[in-house]
Amino acid sequence: MKRFAALFTALDRTTRTNAKIAALAAYFTDAPEPDRLWTVALLSGRRPRRAVTTTRLREWAAERAGLPLWLFEECYPVVGDLAETIALVLPQATGTGTASLSERMAEIAALAQMDEPARKARILAAWDSLDGTERFLFNKLITGGFRVGVSQTLMTRALARATGIAEADLAHRLMGDWTPATTTWAALIEAPDPAAALSRPYPFYLAYQIEGDPQALGDPADWCAEYKWDGIRGQLIVRGGTHFLWSRGEELMTDRFPELAQARDFLPPGTVIDGEILGWADDRPLPFAALQKRITRKSLSKRLLAEAPVMLKAYDLLEEGGTDLRPRPLAQRRARLEALFARLPDRSPLRLSPLLPFADWAALAETRAAARAAGAEGVMLKRAAAPYLAGRKKGDWWKWKLDPLTVDAVMIYAQAGHGRRATLYTDFTFAVWDGADLVPFTKAYSGLTDAEFREITAWVRKNTLQRFGPVRQVRPEHVFEIAFEGIQQSPRHKSGIALRFPRMARWRRDKPPAEANTLDDLRALLASHG
Amino acid sequence: MSVLTFTERGIFCPAGNFFIDPWAPVDRALITHGHSDHARPGHRRYLATAPAAPVIRHRLGGIALDTIGYGERRRIGDSLVSFHPAGHVPGSAQIRIEVAGEVWVVSGDYKTEADGLSEPFEPVRAHAFVSECTFGLPVFNWAPQAQVLAEIDAWWAANAAEGRFSLLGAYALGKAQRLLAGVNTGIGPILTHGAIEATCAVMRAQGIALPPTVPVTPETDLKAHAGALALAPPSALGGPWARRFGTAATGLASGWMALRGVRRRRGADRGFVLSDHADWAGLNEAIRETGAERVFVTHGYTTVFRRWLADQGHDAEIVRTAFEGETLDSAEDAP
Repeated sequence: MKRFAALFTALDRTTRTNAKIAALAAYFTDAPEPDRLWTVALLSGRRPRRAVTTTRLREWAAERAGLPLWLFEECYPVVGDLAETIALVLPQATGTGTASLSERMAEIAALAQMDEPARKARILAAWDSLDGTERFLFNKLITGGFRVGVSQTLMTRALARATGIAEADLAHRLMGDWTPATTTWAALIEAPDPAAALSRPYPFYLAYQIEGDPQALGDPADWCAEYKWDGIRGQLIVRGGTHFLWSRGEELMTDRFPELAQARDFLPPGTVIDGEILGWADDRPLPFAALQKRITRKSLSKRLLAEAPVMLKAYDLLEEGGTDLRPRPLAQRRARLEALFARLPDRSPLRLSPLLPFADWAALAETRAAARAAGAEGVMLKRAAAPYLAGRKKGDWWKWKLDPLTVDAVMIYAQAGHGRRATLYTDFTFAVWDGADLVPFTKAYSGLTDAEFREITAWVRKNTLQRFGPVRQVRPEHVFEIAFEGIQQSPRHKSGIALRFPRMARWRRDKPPAEANTLDDLRALLASHG
Repeated sequence: MSVLTFTERGIFCPAGNFFIDPWAPVDRALITHGHSDHARPGHRRYLATAPAAPVIRHRLGGIALDTIGYGERRRIGDSLVSFHPAGHVPGSAQIRIEVAGEVWVVSGDYKTEADGLSEPFEPVRAHAFVSECTFGLPVFNWAPQAQVLAEIDAWWAANAAEGRFSLLGAYALGKAQRLLAGVNTGIGPILTHGAIEATCAVMRAQGIALPPTVPVTPETDLKAHAGALALAPPSALGGPWARRFGTAATGLASGWMALRGVRRRRGADRGFVLSDHADWAGLNEAIRETGAERVFVTHGYTTVFRRWLADQGHDAEIVRTAFEGETLDSAEDAP
């Protein structure tokens, strides 16, 4: 695993894209093929499942380090990462492990089948033979938490450099639900494979949030506008008499949404549609929470299917008659999509996401302002002449979301963050007034600068009223503007309210806590926006 | 009466009527070393070691500062006082106070590994020991200095080979000079930020040998020093001073770099784990060697470290300072 650890270190140490690509390309050229395959898998989020509970790992690490468990537990929040905490407290390695990455991965896969004493012996032996980065990575891999700061686009670019295969072709090959156990380097990267090609989705094109006003985009006539739907991005593939539904995270969701099986009856083979899966009833979108149940519940009951029926709002046609349409301009793809949908009956689980005509930017601003009434969270702008690109690229697709809803709330609890935010208090609970009481209604973790987090951290340390494990109750002194995208009734929350995407928009140093919003204010928002 | 008491102004010796590293103005202050959280302005009289004095004078201006040699015994009131090397920075001291046969030692900041520049740490036997514990958790285990310096040399040499500057963030008093004394000066020239050069000048004037450095001024022709190592306080790394060096490689030398999260948050390419404080093993070893029954912990992970010492059979207590608890954030830029 030394070569992989050296790669990880090289990637971890630099923020320069070119240096990362060079390190990856060198690795993809020199490393043995099974290791390359595993590296592609790990860097594209195909992590092995956790092989052992973290409780056992903590106990075993403390035991090996000769420390009481309480002391180990005190170290964890300071380091902010379990794998790293273990790597740091263990004594120096006594041997040197020579296993390659793929051999280690096989060993890790075997852990799941072992009984606990055997598993413990294997893990302790690995700890004794690995030092520094290798030990840290081994822990990351057995806890299922491996991550490194390399985007899939960047990895694909490096692969292209190492193999001479075109980036777009590689990006397409890496899609789908393969694992190193089901394929080989040669099959995945080099050989043609018609069966895999059947289900393979195209890389999604992702939009950037527009900054400020769309005025800078130029002539409105060059742009198409649609609603920005608040659902799950999905790519529907109908090929060879069967269908596949992929999420943006490259998860196959076909079985989650059986409604869409009907698409096979209506769409000709060799059709790929990009769109948004929405909960849909009475000709309008259901709140996102309804759709969420469809993803989180283990089994799909009849009742759930009836309560939260879904359909696909289609906005792009990527393949027609087996031909890849992505290089063609959006205007052409859109025309073909509309022609295709003109032939679909009403009972089809597919709907066209309508174009929103607009004469000038001011008119579009009005449409956007009314988006909530249509069940949307803003508008999308797509350049009519643009091809369908892969990944997040600036220039041709923009999302112009509605301004979020906001309330001013009082911070009442604080907890330290993880990873790069370990040792900083970054996870806060906020409350609004209910008479003379402060009722917690949301948590938020993001939105402040590092400097603000440092400042609030210093304040938290000096203003802690009580500790509950890692959580500190603090003096109710600071008011923050909490921004969020939606508000829902929720019997599971004490306040009876749940927010969608809450974050800290501003630290309201100008506001005393008494001027924070009230639970009645939240209920009014629920009535108007819920 | 207790040899030392812990007051709002800091550690106080009633028998000698003096304070150690007080944070509010007092009549007589004994100072362990020149870092700003230990040597503060506003006291009427100061006492520090002779090698610590020049930097303290440089930082605090015209103060009434008396000096004392390491190991020299001096009677103050009813107490007998002596200063002993703490190995933290040049001139840094632990302070030993003896009152009626009872000995207490205040560690100040210390490290147990000899750094080749500071007077090496000497354990002092005591009945009670007031110990810092900045890195008082078992996740902090320092590699030998030679190994860390070799990493820095290799980094610098690789950057120099690419024609890039190596910007290394280090605290201006102590860490910067330790690096100067330790890196391989054959790799290339060494540039310094004004804050570091000023401290170097003070130390050179008192006879501490440091390799030649080139202070960076607005007039400096950086092109003439391609591939140089540039030392700056950590706070200067993200500012306009650093931008003059173009796409330089950046590094930080600090004990906090042991934590990947901190390393990433600071946004430097490289973190070198080099501290002027004792690591977990160093703290435990130092406490053991004092033979002290009572241990007071301060500056750091006090709650956890106290409990650990109590588990080990010590009579351990926490000393509150003006700064609460874990010192990471206030100390990120500190040694």
